[in-house]
Amino acid sequence: MLYTAILLAIVSLSIFFIFDLIPVDPARLVCSKQCTPSLVEANRHRLGLDVSVLEQWWRFIIGLFAGRTFGEGNIAIHCPAPALGYSFSRHECVTKIVGEAFPFTLSLALGAFVLWLSVGISLGVLSARKKGKFADRAASVFVLVGTSLPTFISGIMVVLFIVLQFNLVNPLELGNWHSPFTDPLGWLQTFFFPCATLALAYAATYTRFTRSNVIETSGEDFIRTARAKGLSEKVILRKHTLRAALAPIVTIAGLDFAGLLGGAIITEGIFGLNGLGKLSIKAVTQTYDLPIIVATTLIASAFVLIMNLIVDVTYAFIDPRVRTT
Amino acid sequence: MSKFLEVTNLNVTFPTEDGDVHASNEVSYSVGLGETLAIVGESGSGKSVSNLAVMGLHNPVRTKISGTATLNLADGPVELISASPETVRRLRGKAMSMIFQDPMSALHPFFSIGDQIAEAWHLYNNGSKDDGIKKATEMLDLVGIPDPDRRVHDYPHQFSGGMRQRAMIAMALVNNPSLLIADEPTTALDVTVQSQILQLLKDLQREFNMAIILITHDLGVVAEVADRICVMYGGRIVEDGTVEDIFYRPEHPYTLGLLNSVPRIIRGSSHRLRTIPGQPPSLINLPAGCAFEPRCGYAKKVSSGACTAHVPDLSDKGIGHLSRCHLDVVDLSNLVKDKA
Amino acid sequence: MAENILELHNLTKFFPARAGGVFTRAKGEVRAVDGVNLTVARGETVGLVGESGCGKTTVGRTVMKLYEPTSGQILFDGQDITKLSRKEMKPIRSKMQMIFQDPFSSLNPRHTVGSIISSSYTIHGIEPEGGVEDSVRELLSLVGLNPEHINRFPHEFSGGQRQRIGIARALALKPMLIVADEPVSALDVSIQAQVVNLLDDLQKEFGLSYLFVAHDLSIVQHISDRVVVMYLGKVMEMGPTKVLFESPHHPYTKALLSAVPVADPKIGRSRERIILQGDLPSPVNPPSGCVFNTRCWKAQEICRTTVPKTVQITPQQTVACHFPE
Repeated sequence: MLYTAILLAIVSLSIFFIFDLIPVDPARLVCSKQCTPSLVEANRHRLGLDVSVLEQWWRFIIGLFAGRTFGEGNIAIHCPAPALGYSFSRHECVTKIVGEAFPFTLSLALGAFVLWLSVGISLGVLSARKKGKFADRAASVFVLVGTSLPTFISGIMVVLFIVLQFNLVNPLELGNWHSPFTDPLGWLQTFFFPCATLALAYAATYTRFTRSNVIETSGEDFIRTARAKGLSEKVILRKHTLRAALAPIVTIAGLDFAGLLGGAIITEGIFGLNGLGKLSIKAVTQTYDLPIIVATTLIASAFVLIMNLIVDVTYAFIDPRVRTT
Repeated sequence: MSKFLEVTNLNVTFPTEDGDVHASNEVSYSVGLGETLAIVGESGSGKSVSNLAVMGLHNPVRTKISGTATLNLADGPVELISASPETVRRLRGKAMSMIFQDPMSALHPFFSIGDQIAEAWHLYNNGSKDDGIKKATEMLDLVGIPDPDRRVHDYPHQFSGGMRQRAMIAMALVNNPSLLIADEPTTALDVTVQSQILQLLKDLQREFNMAIILITHDLGVVAEVADRICVMYGGRIVEDGTVEDIFYRPEHPYTLGLLNSVPRIIRGSSHRLRTIPGQPPSLINLPAGCAFEPRCGYAKKVSSGACTAHVPDLSDKGIGHLSRCHLDVVDLSNLVKDKA
Repeated sequence: MAENILELHNLTKFFPARAGGVFTRAKGEVRAVDGVNLTVARGETVGLVGESGCGKTTVGRTVMKLYEPTSGQILFDGQDITKLSRKEMKPIRSKMQMIFQDPFSSLNPRHTVGSIISSSYTIHGIEPEGGVEDSVRELLSLVGLNPEHINRFPHEFSGGQRQRIGIARALALKPMLIVADEPVSALDVSIQAQVVNLLDDLQKEFGLSYLFVAHDLSIVQHISDRVVVMYLGKVMEMGPTKVLFESPHHPYTKALLSAVPVADPKIGRSRERIILQGDLPSPVNPPSGCVFNTRCWKAQEICRTTVPKTVQITPQQTVACHFPE
C-alpha cells in the first residue's frame, strides 16, 4: 500500500512535469482578446505557473488535504479540501466540476462492467461447454462483431437505429442525470444504451477469454481428480473449473474497469453524458483549461493505481500460491 | 469365487485425425480383495486407458467402449460399462477410487488439502464442515503426515511431492473404497519417497482389505508389491500370471525382453543390456497378426507363419498362467533359458 | 594433456531465494551446490546420483558454464574455466557438450534434424572434412538412425529416436566430455536400454568421457566407472561403482540402494529394507551440521552441529560422515 502511495506521488509529479513541457502557454490561452503582457503575467500568477514545477506540485498536494486559495486580495477564491484546482474559464473549483461529472462516468463504468462481465462470462462458459456446436459458433460470431466494431460506430448505430427508431427513450432525456437510488427508471433510461454499447466491445473479449480458459482448465489433472472423487459435472464446473479459469480475469477486469473510471470519451460524447471523458476532451480541445486537464489526468491515473492494488489483493485471496507469508 | 472386479473383453476405441486408436483390445483381468494386480506396459500399451474406462473417466462422447467390467459389491454385482454414467459416478470415490501420477497437478491449487479431502467425504456422508475437516485430519494422520492438525489447512504447493501423494491417497481412501486403482503413483517421486509410498499402500491394503490395481512400467516396483501381473503390449494383454510366473517363468517374448532390458544392481557385472529392437507399435494401424512380431526374435520358430497371419489367443499354458503367443508349449517353457 | 578431463574444486552455486512481495529482495539462498569436489578422468564415466534438490543437475549445468559458479574452481582439460566470459568459453564449448533429459522439448520443432545437428558446425564456424551434409549423415547412422531422414522434423521421430538426435548433435564437434543430464529418464524401459548401449558403444569408439547425471541407480550402476552420491548440495560418498554398490560406507548411500526396487520378487521381498523417515528438506533451509542428519538413523549430537569432513578411505573412495559404515 505504501508502494501505491509512492507511485501516486511519482505519477502526479510526472504529470506536472509533462504539462510544463507542453509548448502551450495556458496563461495566454485563458487571456481574452485584449491581452497585454501584464495580464498574461497576472494570469500566470493566478494559475500558479510562475513557480517551479516542484513547487506547483507541492502546493497541489497540500491543497488536496487542506484546501487552497487561488489569487490574492479581494479576488481570492478558496476551494475547500480536496482542492483539485480552480477553473478560471468556468469560474468554479475543479473539485466541484469533477464531482458533478463523476457520477456519470461511474454509472457508465459500473453498468458496463456488470453487463460485460455477466454476458461475457456466461457466454464464454456456454461456448466452452458446447464447444464446436451451434451455440459455440453463434457466440464466436458475436465475438467477431464485438471486437471489430469500434464504439464510435456501434454507439452511433445504437442511437440511430434503436433509440431514435423505436423511441425507446425520450431523446431529449438522453443526457440527463437521474439518481439510481431515487429514480432507478430514469437512471436506466439514461444509461442503458451507453452501457450496452460500451459493454459490447468488452463482452466479446471476455467471452473469448473465458472460453479458452475454461477449455484449458477442463483438461487439467485436478479436474480429472475431481471427477474420480465422484463429484457431479455441475459441481466440478462451478466449483473447480470456474474458480481456476476465472482467476486471471480478475486482473484484466480490474484494469479495464479502472481505465473506464477515467472516462469513456467516445461513448459519453455520442450519448451526451457529461462525464469525466467529455469534461477532459472539452478542457483540452475547447478551452485548454489546464487545472481541469491536470485534475482529470491525475484522477484517471489514481484509479488505475488503486485498482492495481485491489486486484493484487483480490488475486492473492483467490490463488493461495501467490500469497507471501 | 468371483473376484471383486472382473473385466472381460474390454475394448476401448477413440477416433483421431489419423484413424481409430484401439487403445484397449479384448482386455480381460480381475482382482480380488486384499490382492494387488499390477498392469505392466510401456507408454502406448493401453494400460491406463482400460482402467480409466472402468472408472468411467473416459471421454463419453468420443470413446467407444464394449465389454464388461463387473464390481461384485456386497449388495449385488454392478456392471459398469452398461450402467448409466450417474450410477458409475456414485461408485467413484465410494466403491472404487483412483490416484494418479503427478500429485502436484492432480490437486486443485486453490483449495486447501483438508477442504479437498473433506469434499470427498461430504459426498457420501452427512456432517458439518467441522466434521469434514476432522475426518480429513484423521486421514492425513493415517497416511503418515506429521502434524496433521496444522497441515490440514495447508495448500498443495506447501506440501512436498511425497506428502502430496500421501494426501491424494488419503483423499482416495476417505470413503473406504474396496478397490484402489493407482496409475503410476510413484513414477514422479524420488526413490526413497517411492519406497515409503509403496510401504504405505501395502499397510493400508492390509488394514482395509482393499483390492489394488497398480499400473506401472517399473518392473522393480512390480516385483516388490504385486501378487499377480498382466503384461500389456499394443493394447492387448500378452501375459497374465502370478508374480513368480512372470519373473521366473515368462512365457512371452515381450515379457522376456522387458526383463532382460532392466539393468539390475545386485548382479554387479558389466555387460551389454539386452534390448528389444525397434519401437512399440502405433495403436491406430495394428497389424493383422501379432503386434509384437516385428520385434520378436522368436517368430521364426513358428513355421506356420501364424505370427503375421492372425493374433494369437490368450491361452492357459499352466494353472492360471496365460500367454498370447503362437510358440508351442515346449518353446515357451524354454523361453526362460534366455533370461539374462 | 591433463590426466583429468574435468576437475571440480569446492564448487558452489547458490541461487537467491526470492520472497515475493512488493519489493523483491533475496531472502536467503538456495544452496544448490555446496562445496563439491570431483574429477572425471579421460575416457571415464562418472555417475552423479541423488534425489530432488541434491544439486546434481545444477552441477552439470555449472560445469557447462550455463550457470556462473558462485565460488570454487572448474578445470577443464587442465585449464581453469571458472571465470571465463561467454566469449572466451566459445572455443572450449566445442570440446564439452551436453545431452538433455527431455527429448520432446530439447529439439527445436521448427528445424529439420539435419539443421539441428549441423548447427554445431555453423555456430563454431567449422567446416568438417567431406562437407557438412555428409558428416551429418554419418552421425545419423552412427547413432542408429536412417541417414535418409536428414530432412525430417523432430515430431516425426519417437522419444528414443529424438534422444539419439540429441546425441548426434553433441557428437558433431568430437567433444572430449559429454555431460548427460538424465538422458534416459523420459524414455520407456526397452528404449532406455538401447540408448544406454549406444552411449557405451560411442564411448569405446571415441574415447569420450561422461559425466552422467541421473536418479536411476540401476542405469548409473550399469554405465559408470565411478559414482558420486549427492544429497542437498553436498557429496556424501564417492567411489568405484562396484565397490560403492556392494559395500556403501555412507548411511544415505545404503538407504538409497535399499530403496531401489529390485526386479526380482524373491530378492526384493526378502532383503533388508531401510525406509527413511520424513521428507527431503528444502535446499533453502538445509539442516545444520551434516545435511543428512534429520533422516539418518545413526545421527548423534555431533551430526547436528558439525559438518563432517570428507575422508579418503581408500585412494579411490571418499565419504563425508561422522560414523561411516
